[in-house]
Amino acid sequence: MASITKPMIPLLHFEKNEIGLTVRDYEGAMSTLCAGCGHDSISSAIVQSLFELAIAPEMIAKLSGIGCSSKTPTYFVRGAHGFNSAHGRMATIATGANAANRTLKFIGISGDGDSLSIGLGHLAHAIRRNLDMLYVMENNGVYGLTKGQFSASADINSTSKRGEPNIIPPIDVVQMGLSIGATFVARAFSGDKEQLIPILKAGLSHRGFALIDVISPCVQFNDHEGSTKSYQFTREHETQATDYVAPREEILATIPQDDAINVTMHSGSVMRFRSVSDDYDPTDRNSVMAYLEAHHRTNEIVTGLLYVDANVPDLHELNHTPDSSLVSIPYDRLCPGSEILADLQKSFR
Amino acid sequence: MALDIARSERTENDLPSRVNDFAIKLGNVNGTGSASANTLLMRAIFRMGIPVSGKNLFPSNIQGLPTWYEIRVNKSGYTARALDYDLMVAMNAKTYAEDIHEVRSGGYVLHDSTWPLEPELIRADVHYLEVPLTTLCIDNFSAARERVLMKNVCYAGALVAFLAIDLEIVSALLDETFQRNARLRESNQLALRLGYEYAREHYECPLPFHLEAMDSNNDKILVDGNTATALGCLYAGATVAAWYPITPSTSVMDNFTSLCRRYRREALPEPDLNGAVQYQNNYLILQAEDELAAIGMVLGANWMGARAFTSTSGPGISLMGELLGLAYYTEIPAVIIDVQRTGPSTGMPTRTQQGDILACAYASHGDTKHLLLFPANPNECFDFAVRAFDLAERFQTPVIMLSELDIGMNDWVVPTLAWDDAFVPDRGRVLDATDLKEISHFFRYADEDADFVTPRTLPGVDPKGAYFIRGSGHNKFGDYTEIPDQYQEVVDRLAKKHAAAKDHLPEPIVERRVGSRIGVVSVGSCDIAIREALELLDESGIAADFLRIRGFPFSTVVDEFLDEYELCFVIEQNRDAQLRSLLTIETSVAKEKLRSVLVYGGFPLSAKHVIDGITSQLED
Repeated sequence: MASITKPMIPLLHFEKNEIGLTVRDYEGAMSTLCAGCGHDSISSAIVQSLFELAIAPEMIAKLSGIGCSSKTPTYFVRGAHGFNSAHGRMATIATGANAANRTLKFIGISGDGDSLSIGLGHLAHAIRRNLDMLYVMENNGVYGLTKGQFSASADINSTSKRGEPNIIPPIDVVQMGLSIGATFVARAFSGDKEQLIPILKAGLSHRGFALIDVISPCVQFNDHEGSTKSYQFTREHETQATDYVAPREEILATIPQDDAINVTMHSGSVMRFRSVSDDYDPTDRNSVMAYLEAHHRTNEIVTGLLYVDANVPDLHELNHTPDSSLVSIPYDRLCPGSEILADLQKSFR
Repeated sequence: MALDIARSERTENDLPSRVNDFAIKLGNVNGTGSASANTLLMRAIFRMGIPVSGKNLFPSNIQGLPTWYEIRVNKSGYTARALDYDLMVAMNAKTYAEDIHEVRSGGYVLHDSTWPLEPELIRADVHYLEVPLTTLCIDNFSAARERVLMKNVCYAGALVAFLAIDLEIVSALLDETFQRNARLRESNQLALRLGYEYAREHYECPLPFHLEAMDSNNDKILVDGNTATALGCLYAGATVAAWYPITPSTSVMDNFTSLCRRYRREALPEPDLNGAVQYQNNYLILQAEDELAAIGMVLGANWMGARAFTSTSGPGISLMGELLGLAYYTEIPAVIIDVQRTGPSTGMPTRTQQGDILACAYASHGDTKHLLLFPANPNECFDFAVRAFDLAERFQTPVIMLSELDIGMNDWVVPTLAWDDAFVPDRGRVLDATDLKEISHFFRYADEDADFVTPRTLPGVDPKGAYFIRGSGHNKFGDYTEIPDQYQEVVDRLAKKHAAAKDHLPEPIVERRVGSRIGVVSVGSCDIAIREALELLDESGIAADFLRIRGFPFSTVVDEFLDEYELCFVIEQNRDAQLRSLLTIETSVAKEKLRSVLVYGGFPLSAKHVIDGITSQLED
């Protein structure tokens, strides 16, 4: 679980962005996640997105809760301040941090356990406040660090590693977000960088709460008996390898526009992704809801920028705070001084 | 018949004439407007320059349940709750029996004589002051609501006559209160005169115990602790506040909000599109979804370098436990105002207690310790709130100020709050861009100072200062670790840092008496009752020294004080002797020499509790 510092060898041939930084400047420590983890694909897409948007690393604040996904902020932008907080509470820390210094770019990384169970209330209220942040939910349907319990996004009837079926229906974060007024909702697949990077960049550019549900396969626990490359199968053929995790390839797929594609996950299960078409209107909430519901019935996971409303005031606009940060206001403008204290106490007599 | 006897004949227990030394209690029904009449009386007495206190003993309810208000007047300044009542204003028929029972022998009962009292409520040893409040109001007011509300001002008017409260002062207060509503102003003035004149016409006024103007309140104010706390947060420069509504702390944030609207709002030069004045708020107050979120927001804002706080009560402290541990371990400043109420669980939300001492001292799992401040009155609420922010940033850790319902929600007469314009906030060790240029590497938990504090950096300044906060095991470089030595190095420094803070906390207040052989230790609102009790005990030959703790970790003065005596009484308002427990854990005192006096029923402490608690154990 330890993080490993990446060797930094200056390579002059790396392309530079507008502020003179290379993509390497947006990288972080070496990942300690399982090889082939979808989360690493997302981290690398975040690195590319921030590089392309040329955001200064010190102006980035990266936050997370607890879980596999929440480990990933260490793996991108080493020059940014980071906060690996407590399980489910990332949105609350982000809210206070954003309140204090709105000039930073806030990136929250969470998982389906962190966001849809223990932290569901905080996510919902961050959406309500239209907190200006990018909120990436790395969605793999299981609790990885505690070894394979169902999360609240696990599909009904899917089986755990131990073969037990999930009997409780999932929470769809996209539909939930839309229903409570999220101003930017997108879904992507970790293996499709061609789609993920533009969505991340759009989310980073959105003023308000940008919720991105990223389907991100778990190589370890999203597994079942039917799989010939299952964890179980491997362990039975290895001795004393109780911690052994079979290295797997990152799953890559490009989802064609307005078409569906079947993607085979590590477990052997097939997810059917559909990318929205060019004439899809992400600004009409009613048609978006109907579209999502129609495809949900045919078991297709719709990806793309699903809904956006750029005209909703964010937390700061609602509260008439200054354009600069609250932390930059000097103390002498905050303290009313002795005369006012004496004066206001006249009403205490 | 019985009433006539009671009214006309003096009893053997008649009270001698006393000026500026008595207690009255008012039994009301909550939600009927009695609170403003009671506050009116208290403010008038305050303006007469007489030491006074008002204790609101109210139910956790909006309307219809019994509620009481106690006013104590004491020329020597001892205004802790009194348990002997010279006068009962019985306005709640449902509690007549217990209220009339509580009046001291020879005392008085004022009641609404529109309806006669049942014979069993007639005591031969008390006087009955019969004022037909309902009849007076029906005869003089036409609106149904007014007829009910004005009964309160009407009894206030009667009390003005009975107690010799300055009528002009009361009248002026009504004018001030209803400055903008002429109709209400006139109704109130009329009701006041109705009660006043009825009393004067039917009784010998004033009663043997009554008021005479003094000049002891010239440099004093009448304020509740929550208002003073909010002022402290304003003056400390807090810009972000996050909270979840909870009695009895809600008025901290209500007050902070109105203060910010008044003193932190700046008009912008440009009007908006409709020509209206635009403004900016140099603050942001977040009503969180729960206390878990409130403390999370406070940590986020402090991480960025803002001064941020939350206000809560016991149940909120329980919920904040996890993130208080996160703040402690990752060394993020935070200010938490805990206005304590009666626990456990929901307990009695509108009743006072000191039941969160242990929960706050060690809040959160694992080895955690926090800095605590114990104000005893609104004055200290103001001062300690300001100090809390300095301490939190100096020691990069949560600071919990343990106020109490009695302090927070009752009006206290205290010296006028003072502010030194030369005050500069202590922002602690923070490296700015210039500092960072001078060092080759920044490591978050290295380079400790004499207080074991390491420098921090703020986001948005310089990539060299970037670090990764983690609640998971970390070494002094801020890197993840599971290596015993590296882990211990950091948590050992945290323990030393906590201990070092004791020299920066408010020192205990020690009051010594000639020939004393016992010590008394306490915290918070117990102060005023204990000082009165020790004066009375001294008069009866028992001299005791008094130490009031104001911060945790404990000052070495506490250790030295405990060492001096064979016997020390620890007086506190909880069942489990939490302060005593903390003393036995955190000082070298021998457990056997600490005796407890515990009062925890939910009402404020009185000197009688203290005297009885001490003398009963001395007799043993």
